[in-house]
Amino acid sequence: MAIVKAKNIKKTYVQGKVKVDALRGVDLMVDKAEFVALAGPSGSGKTTLLNIIGGLDLPDSGSVIVANNEFAKMNQADLASLRLHKIGFVFQAFNLIPVLSAIENVEYVMLLQGVPKTERHDRATAILDDVGLEGKYDRRPAELSGGQQQRVAVARAIVSGPAIVLADEPTANLDSKTGEGLVLMMEKMNKEKNVTFIFSTHDSMVMEYARRLVTIKDGLIVNDETR
Amino acid sequence: MYAVLAWRNIWRNPRRTIVILLAVIIGVWSMIFLGALMRGMETEMVRNSISTLTGSIQIHHKGYRNDPVVENSMEDTDKLDKALNTTLGQGALWAKRVRVNAIASNARHSGGVTLVGIEPEKEAYISFVGKAMISGRYLTSEDKNKIVVGRAFLKKFNTKIGNKLILMSQDTQKEIVSRAFRIVGIFSAESESVEKQFVFVPLSQAMGMLKMRKSISEVSILLPELDISGKEEALAAKRLTAAIADDTYRVETWQQLLPMMKAYLEMSGFFLYIWYFVVFVAMGFGIVNTTLMAIFERMREFGLMKALGMRPFQIIKGVVTETFFLLVLGILTGNILGFLSVAAIAKNGIDLSVLAAGVEMWGIPRKLYPEIWVQDIAVAGLVVLILGLLVSLYPAFKAARFTPIQAMRKY
Repeated sequence: MAIVKAKNIKKTYVQGKVKVDALRGVDLMVDKAEFVALAGPSGSGKTTLLNIIGGLDLPDSGSVIVANNEFAKMNQADLASLRLHKIGFVFQAFNLIPVLSAIENVEYVMLLQGVPKTERHDRATAILDDVGLEGKYDRRPAELSGGQQQRVAVARAIVSGPAIVLADEPTANLDSKTGEGLVLMMEKMNKEKNVTFIFSTHDSMVMEYARRLVTIKDGLIVNDETR
Repeated sequence: MYAVLAWRNIWRNPRRTIVILLAVIIGVWSMIFLGALMRGMETEMVRNSISTLTGSIQIHHKGYRNDPVVENSMEDTDKLDKALNTTLGQGALWAKRVRVNAIASNARHSGGVTLVGIEPEKEAYISFVGKAMISGRYLTSEDKNKIVVGRAFLKKFNTKIGNKLILMSQDTQKEIVSRAFRIVGIFSAESESVEKQFVFVPLSQAMGMLKMRKSISEVSILLPELDISGKEEALAAKRLTAAIADDTYRVETWQQLLPMMKAYLEMSGFFLYIWYFVVFVAMGFGIVNTTLMAIFERMREFGLMKALGMRPFQIIKGVVTETFFLLVLGILTGNILGFLSVAAIAKNGIDLSVLAAGVEMWGIPRKLYPEIWVQDIAVAGLVVLILGLLVSLYPAFKAARFTPIQAMRKY
């Protein structure tokens, strides 16, 4: 069953007097529990596509359906609610709220969802254990390494069981070993918890782990291979 | 967690937080401290005025205040005594007086004065004169042809204790009468004009000189507690009016007797609240500026929060909560400092005697003792808190307005 159905997505940005066609008619279907990498050079449209699938940005034309929710029929409040309950995000950098500890960052999304305090704490502790951060619950982001911060971000993204996790170049700011460790951890979550991941990357090592590799170039999907 | 997040956010940049906290603290402190000085001055002014023969309530013949002559006297003192005894509660004191304009003269000078015939023993508890003797002695009911005068009067007339003073006035038969009195005591007052204006003789002496038989000019009543709002006095005056049941008599409170003072008190309260507002405006700019700086520094974070599903109103709530903590902390510290400052000067007061000559016409005391009013503390706190939260809505809405993409791209 398709979790993501994106059809003929077009998006043009205006930068000063220059129009940039970021996406020029993209079709993408992603099924539940897939582990998909969006590959392509910088400026190819990966981040724009992820933002549109995540409801952070709206396409100029085309339709997007995520977990049976058609974006064209939704207002900003509905999209915020969809992001809160159905979509997890991992960004390249600045993922965590600096004044909150690791566990509080993970609990934060559940707080917005209205999950009771005890349940929030139990679930956050369990997921931090799952991503390999046992005993580091109370550390603030500044006290964690880049890799550990991204693990907290992944834990936060999957803790409330979203339909899909979107990760925009999650390893870009990490060294190769740490980056590989993060991808392995994401793969583990995908296999063990059936979490659907779509992540963008231009790192060939990360692409190796993807079971489906979608290549984008100049705003168009030029290759889509399942391994 | 919202509260934890807000609290930690305000301490992200401690120096900036401390600067704006200082602005709030100094603002609140100034509101409380200056407010207490102003209220202390008001209360002292009212006390001085009441003590300078006015009392809490006075009873006169209806024509007396427009034309204070012996013809406008109250004859039925039995009716008055009955009404006073039955109406006023425990602790209330009163004294009868004869008060007429007169000419005082000695070998060197002459001038207009107000001749006040008093019941010396009762008057000592009602007005300042019994407690204000600085030389010689106070009067007794049995004194014959004895008078006490003010320090400034003594100087003006170039006389001394033991010398004679001639008082001349018009009696009830409209004849000019005069009598010689010997000076037995000198009093001092807050104001020099009071010292020059009033001369005191026993009531029986004044009544005899003016052929008033049982008539008196006024009854001055002092209630046990001063109510600066005047409500207690108004209630007591209403009861007295009903008990006397004679429309030739007028019962009036100090607020009616001193309309200038009443107007001044109202204006003073209004100016205090204008001062509060001015302080707030200065503080408000600081709050907006600091909050805006904090918002722009954290714009990416707001973008992240919105991406995670936070609603705009939750961002507004977060920013306003931060301002709330800042304001509450500033208000509490400002209050504590205000109380400490007031406590530090409460015992000895502030000496205004250098200015006394210039301000005495308003009855401003020579020593100023601060007085904290709960309503002023509440108004100062609420003004800062409510207006502070309102001005923080501007940066809060600014933070909430950006889309996640705008916030994360731009900042």
